Amino acid sequence: MNQPEYKVLIGMEIHVQLATASKMFTGAPCGGTQDANTQVDGVVLGLPGVLPVINRRAVEMAMMVGLALGCRIASITKWDRKSYYYPDLPKNYQISQYDQPLCGAGAVDITLPDGSIKTIRIRRAHLEEDAGKLLHEAGHAVSMVDLNRAGTPLLEIVTEPDFSSPDEARIFGEELRQICRYLGVSQGIMQQGHMRFEPNINLHIFQDGSVFKTAISEIKNLNSFRSVERACTYEIRRQLSQFMTDRTAALSEPKTTRGWDDDKGCTTLQRSKEDAHDYRYFPDPDLVPLRIAPEWIHTIQETLIELPMARRLRYEKLGLSAKDAAALVDERSVSDLFDAAVMLHASPRRTANLLLGPAAKVANQRTAEKGSPVLISDLGITPEQYTHLSGMMEDGTVSASAAVTIFETLCSGEEKDPLVIAQKAGLVQVRDTSTTQAWVNEAIGRNPQAVLDFKNNPKKRQASLGFLRGAVMKLSQGKADPKLVGELLESHLNSQS
Amino acid sequence: MKRSRYWQQFTGKNDRNIGINAKVSGRVVHLAGLIHELSASELARLIAEKKLSSREATRAYLDRIAQIDPTLRAFNETYETEALDAADAIDRKVSRGNALGPLAGVPMALKDNLCSIQGRTTCSSRMLQNFRSPYDATVVSRLASAGAVILGKTNLDEFAMGSSTENSAFGPTRNPWKTTCVPGGSSGGSAAAVAARLCAAALGSDTGGSIRQPAALCGIVGLKPTYGLVSRYGLVAFASSLDQIGPMTQDVRDAALLLNVIAGPDPKDSTSWPAAAADYLKDLESRPPHVRIGLPKEFFGDGLSNEVAGAIAAAVEYFKQHGAEIIPVSLPHTRYGIAAYYVIAPAEASSNLARYDGVHYGHRTNNARDLFELYSASRAEGFGPEVQRRIMLGTYALSSGYYDAYYLRAQKVRQLIKEDFDRAFESCDVILSPTTPDVAFDLGAKSGDPLAMYLCDVFTVTCNIAGIPGMSIPCGFSASGLPIGMQFLGPVFSESLMLRLARLYEAGHEWNKRIPRPILETASAA
Repeated sequence: MNQPEYKVLIGMEIHVQLATASKMFTGAPCGGTQDANTQVDGVVLGLPGVLPVINRRAVEMAMMVGLALGCRIASITKWDRKSYYYPDLPKNYQISQYDQPLCGAGAVDITLPDGSIKTIRIRRAHLEEDAGKLLHEAGHAVSMVDLNRAGTPLLEIVTEPDFSSPDEARIFGEELRQICRYLGVSQGIMQQGHMRFEPNINLHIFQDGSVFKTAISEIKNLNSFRSVERACTYEIRRQLSQFMTDRTAALSEPKTTRGWDDDKGCTTLQRSKEDAHDYRYFPDPDLVPLRIAPEWIHTIQETLIELPMARRLRYEKLGLSAKDAAALVDERSVSDLFDAAVMLHASPRRTANLLLGPAAKVANQRTAEKGSPVLISDLGITPEQYTHLSGMMEDGTVSASAAVTIFETLCSGEEKDPLVIAQKAGLVQVRDTSTTQAWVNEAIGRNPQAVLDFKNNPKKRQASLGFLRGAVMKLSQGKADPKLVGELLESHLNSQS
Repeated sequence: MKRSRYWQQFTGKNDRNIGINAKVSGRVVHLAGLIHELSASELARLIAEKKLSSREATRAYLDRIAQIDPTLRAFNETYETEALDAADAIDRKVSRGNALGPLAGVPMALKDNLCSIQGRTTCSSRMLQNFRSPYDATVVSRLASAGAVILGKTNLDEFAMGSSTENSAFGPTRNPWKTTCVPGGSSGGSAAAVAARLCAAALGSDTGGSIRQPAALCGIVGLKPTYGLVSRYGLVAFASSLDQIGPMTQDVRDAALLLNVIAGPDPKDSTSWPAAAADYLKDLESRPPHVRIGLPKEFFGDGLSNEVAGAIAAAVEYFKQHGAEIIPVSLPHTRYGIAAYYVIAPAEASSNLARYDGVHYGHRTNNARDLFELYSASRAEGFGPEVQRRIMLGTYALSSGYYDAYYLRAQKVRQLIKEDFDRAFESCDVILSPTTPDVAFDLGAKSGDPLAMYLCDVFTVTCNIAGIPGMSIPCGFSASGLPIGMQFLGPVFSESLMLRLARLYEAGHEWNKRIPRPILETASAA
C-alpha cells in the first residue's frame, strides 16, 4: 500500500521548575543537590496540621513567563487538590490549578530552520508543586523516598497542537528554555530535570477523500530536546504503521500514555484512558483564591527584558549573520555585554568577533582548567574595554591578530587599557607611508622571483602578491598595516611593469 | 474512705457561691481544696498576686485527674513532670516580679488533635497512636507565651469525627454529670475535663458543633470563633473549610480571656484573617447596647425536647426583661445543613486524611506484600469505622461523574445557608437557639445509627457552613440533672457582642457554678 498523505499534530505540556529560593508553599529551601531529605520541613513532609502558604516569588516568576509567552494573566486564580496515591507525594494530593490557571491563552513565535517564523498558541500555564523522588536500589527489597524535590514550584505550560513536525516541537522547547533562562526563572539545566516535556501526538491521514484521525498518545517525562524530537518521530511512524496495518485500532483506540525508552529508541504503552486516574480535583480549602491586581501585572511587565527571539532579529539587522546572532543570544550575559558595548558605539561586527572568538576561547580554556563553567561574562572584561579594543581594530590601530593577543593580555588582568598593551607589546600598526614603503622596497628587493611571477604569470599573480605581503609583515614584525601594505605593493609592482 | 474522699474531691466541699476574696484573705493554704472551683481568670489573678502558686494549682488538678479521670477518661495523656516544671517556671517569674502572660500558671488541657511538641498528638486514632509532633500548633505556642501550664491532651472522636467521643480508638469519655451518658463530641474530653474541673480551661475544635455540642452536654461555655479568627496551623485537619479552634471554659470571662490569647492573624495560615483581633475582655461586663435577638423558627420545630425548649424560653424571657428586642427570623435552608455538611466535611476529610498511608509516619501494617496492600491494610488497621465511612463518603462525593451532584451542589447549599444568615442579620444582631435538640444521651444509644448521630449537629452545623461565630453557654438543667445549653450565633467577627450577651445572661444565673455532683452514684452504678 502506498503511504498516504498525512498531517502531524503535536502539542506539548512542559514542566519548568522555577528557581525560587524556597518552595511553592513553604519556606524550606529549593534546588541544589543535597543529601536526601535535607531540604524539607513539616509542610514538605505533609505532617498532620501543617498548612500551605503561597510563595509570592513563584507567582511572579510564573507571571513573567506567562507574559513572555503572551498569555493573559488571570485576575483571580485559585488552587486545587489533585489526588492520587504515590509514595513520593507525601500528602497523596498535589496542590495544582485546575480550572482557573494563573496564565490563560497566549502565543509565541519560533524561527523555523528555513528562517520563517511560526506562531505557537499557548493554551494555559499554571503553577503547582513538584513531587519527591523514589530511589530503587538494585537488589534491595525496599524503595527509598527522597523528598528534597517535593514542593518545588513547577510551572506547567500547555500548548495547542500547533507543531507540525518533531523539530518544531524541539525548537519550541529550546526557545522556551532560553526564555526562562533570560527571565532568570530557571537555569534550564536539562540533566537536572529543570524542564520536562510531555508531547502529545496524533495524525490526520488523508485517504480516499476522507480524513482519518489517529488516537492521541502522550509521551511522559522527556528531559532532553533530542528525546523530544526522537520520541515524536518514532510515534509518528508508529501511528502511521498502525493505521496501515490495523486501521480500526489506530482510530478507535482511546488516548494512551506512553513512555520513552531512550536506549531502545521506542515508546511503550503505560496506560490507556480506561485506567486513567480519577484525580478528584476540588478547590484547596487551605488556600484562598489569589486576586491579581492590574498594577501587579504591570509591575512584572516592567521587569521583563527583551526576549531572545527579538534580540536575534535585532542583531541580524545590525549586520550580524544569523549564526553569530544566535551564538551571541545563547547566553544572556554575553548578549548583555554585546548590547552594552554597542550602546557605547562599538562596531557590532568587531565586538561580536571578539566575543565569539578570543573571549569564547579564553572562557573555554578556563572552564577546562577549573572543571566548572566559566562564562565569557566571567572574564572580567568590561563593555568599555570591548568597545575600546573593537574601535582599535576598526580604525586600524591594531590588526585582528594583534587584537587576539591584546585580548588575552587583558584577561590576565595585569593591564586594563588595550592601547597600553598594544604599545608595550609593539602591536600598534605602523601606518606611516614612508616607513611602510621602505619595508615594501626591501621585500621586493629580496624576492625577485615573486616579483617576476607577479608580472609574468597571471596564474601566480595573487599568490605572489600574498607572499610579498607576508614578507612585508614579517619585516615589520607584524606592525605594518596590511591594507596600506597591499596598496603600496600593488602600486609599486604595477608601476614597474 | 476512698469513696468519700473521691466524692469530696470531685464535688468540692462547698460547691456554690464561693467568696474567693474572703477565702484568699486568709492563708493561701486554705484555698487548696477549692482550687478547682476557681475559674481560669481567678486562678491567673491569684497566681499573679502571689496568693496561690502555680505549682499548688497544678498539683491540685493533677491530683483530681488521678482520682477522677480513671472513671471519666477525659485525658488521653497527662504530663505531670512537665506541667509541674512549667508551673515552677511561672512561680519563679512571679517571685522575680517578671512580666506575666494573661494565663500565667493556669493549668489547662488541649484537645488531642492540636499538635504539641510535648507528648503525643494522637487524634484518638490508632493511626497516630505514637505520633509525636515536631512542632507546636500556633494556639499551643500562644498558650505557652501566655504562661498556661498544659496538664495533658484530651480525648475526642477519632480525627474529630463524631458527636459523642465514642469514636475514640482509646475508648469513650463519660459525661461527668452522669457517667452512663456521653459527654458529646468531638471535643468530649475537653468538655468533660472542664466540667469535672480536671483543668481550669481547655481548647477544643469545632467543625460542625464539636465545641458547642459537648459544651452544652457538659454544662460549660464553648465558643466557635468566626472562620479565620484563630489560626488552624497545627490543628490536625478534618474539614479545612469548617474547622476552627476555640475555648471551652467554666464561664464567659474565661472564654473571652482565652480568645484574647489565641485569636489574631498567623502568617502560617493563609485562611487566617489578617486584621488584629479585638480585646474581648474590654467591654465584657458592660451592658450591651439595645440588642435585637433573632429566634429562628426552624430551630424550634419537631425533635426539640420540651425541657430544652423551656430553658430557652426562660432565657428569652430574661433577655426581654433586660431590654433586648426579640425578633422572629427564618433560616429556611437550615434543613439542608446536615446534608450539605455531610458532603463537604467528608469530601475535605477524604483528602486531608489521604496522607495517613503507612509510608511516611503513623501506623504501618505488617501485612503487606506490595504498595497497594501497604496503603489499604495500613489504613484499614489505622482508621476506625466512622473515619473509614467518612473517607468513603467523601471520596465518592468528589469522584468524577458525582462531583457536580454532590460536592458542587453542597457548595450551592452552603451559599444559600450563608445568604439565610445574611438576611437574618439584617433584622437582628444575634440569633439565639438551643445548642442541641436534647440533653446528653446514653453511651451506645446512637452508635449503631450514624444518621441519628449526625442529627445531633442539626443546630450547630450551619454556623460552620456559614463561617460565622457560635457559642454555647449553660442555661439550665433537665429533671434528670443533665445540663442544657443555648447557642448564640452572630455575624462574622461579632464575638465581642456574643460574649457580652452571654455574660449578661450568666450574671443573672449561676448554672456555671454548679459542679457535677451525681457522679458517685452513676460511677458506682456503672
